[in-house]
Amino acid sequence: MTATLEATPAHAGTEAAVRLTDVRKTFGHGHRAVTALDGIDLRVEPGEFVCLLGASGCGKTTLLNLIAGLDAPSSGEIALTTTRPAVMFQEAALMPWLTAARNVELPLRLAGVKRADRVARTTELLDLVRLRNVGDKRPHELSGGMRQRVALARALASALDGNNGEAASLLLMDEPFSALDAITRDVLQGELLRVWEATGTAVVFVTHDVREAVRLGQRVVLLSSKPGRVVQEWAVDGLTGADEAKAIEKINARLREVISSHAA
Amino acid sequence: MPREVADQVEDSAAVEAGLDALDTPPRSKAKGTLTRSILSPIVALALFVAVWQFLWSRAIWPEFQLPAPIAVWNEIWKVIDSGQVWEFLWVSVHRAIIGFLVSVAVATPLGLLLAKVPLVRAAIGPTISGLQSLPSVAWVPAAVLWFGATDAAIYTVVLLGAVPSIANGLVAGIDQIPPILPRVGKALGAGRLDAARYILLPAALPGYLAGLKQGWAFSWRSLMAAELIATSPQLGFGLGQYLHNGMALSEMEMVMAGILLIFFVGVGIELLVFRPLERAVLRARGLTGAL
Repeated sequence: MTATLEATPAHAGTEAAVRLTDVRKTFGHGHRAVTALDGIDLRVEPGEFVCLLGASGCGKTTLLNLIAGLDAPSSGEIALTTTRPAVMFQEAALMPWLTAARNVELPLRLAGVKRADRVARTTELLDLVRLRNVGDKRPHELSGGMRQRVALARALASALDGNNGEAASLLLMDEPFSALDAITRDVLQGELLRVWEATGTAVVFVTHDVREAVRLGQRVVLLSSKPGRVVQEWAVDGLTGADEAKAIEKINARLREVISSHAA
Repeated sequence: MPREVADQVEDSAAVEAGLDALDTPPRSKAKGTLTRSILSPIVALALFVAVWQFLWSRAIWPEFQLPAPIAVWNEIWKVIDSGQVWEFLWVSVHRAIIGFLVSVAVATPLGLLLAKVPLVRAAIGPTISGLQSLPSVAWVPAAVLWFGATDAAIYTVVLLGAVPSIANGLVAGIDQIPPILPRVGKALGAGRLDAARYILLPAALPGYLAGLKQGWAFSWRSLMAAELIATSPQLGFGLGQYLHNGMALSEMEMVMAGILLIFFVGVGIELLVFRPLERAVLRARGLTGAL
């Protein structure tokens, strides 16, 4: 069931959750300029789960920052359907002076949501990540996995409101589980799939872990390093058992090939 | 593989609940016992007084240099009993508090500018840091020449002492904010003003509070220096003047009583106001190491 797709599959008619057209990003000026991203074309359908895979220096974090609007591309075009995507980072980066519930509430407060609605939505989101009972705890009283779930709820809160109360349409995640231990990572991956199904959001998930990419994504996009370019894409939706193992092996081999080309 | 997800939900919920229970950091217990926090300073104080009493009993120094502990206590009791002490305390403490509040009002915007505007920082940052190490008593002669022996002169000295500390504390607090927090704020949709209010200021609070504490100490010190040097009837009778009178009369009991009163006010405000504030702020963030 593994299929290699064209770089940009044609989906005329429907509006993509994310559409990148020939996006370039260069840091610095003159002869010291470093090209991080070189002509990225990417399209993410509404509700689609896409994993961006690549070794260090492939610009996957840069790409995510561009989509999130935290940084501007040097050239090219980025179009989103949502006004504000939800963003989750490698660290939970919860505000240490706020309780878990207050952290989730923060984006709603920033958006000027009324108090009663804020409380209701916060409870709803904490329920979604199964942390209803720890709303009044501070970040330092939570485990790493719990903090990441609070961060997920907070990111969803920002997107929900950024979208005029409609379901979140885009969730951007930058290696959110890479700092966690193996069991917690495994559980949170399952948790993320559950949240994805429940909210119907499109997800762009950055990772350097092939296994994680294949397990989570419907589509895996491999980026080359220095500069970042789209090398290849695989459809990996619904793979199980031997098929999954085969896909992992294949993608791993390609990734190793890309990395090896940098030796010298 | 979303097909499998539904079957896994039950199972993973249990695993997740188990992990949450196992991984949650244990609640830190209150450190230190009552004995350690209350009894030990009392013992230290008693020892100090005992050594003092011993040295006095040996009559190594004349009485006007080292009076008996009881004589100093009697002097303190005398001003308390006559009600005079409330006058000194009121004159000095209300000045210190007004001076401190004005310093906060000046230093807070100054600190924000220093931290957030590189040009301002390059231009006056070194001067502000340098001013911190300039003893504010050095300003007294200048202030007296500018304003005469008036309240304005005293407040000038207090402000010059406290403003740099508070501003520097705020700058340090802002510099130490992990860069991820403002980025998260931006991702959550905070504009410049909202970011300052909901993220920068709360995140900088521990540093700012440390600056405020030091600022209070500096205003109190500066005030005493100013009161001690700039004495005149129109300035009222504060602790500094009381101390000054003791010196003029060569009454060591009065001088020591003055020093002790100044000490107790400074420490008292620190313990009653700043320590609990700092404790609450740090504890809420899980920074219990120093408490």
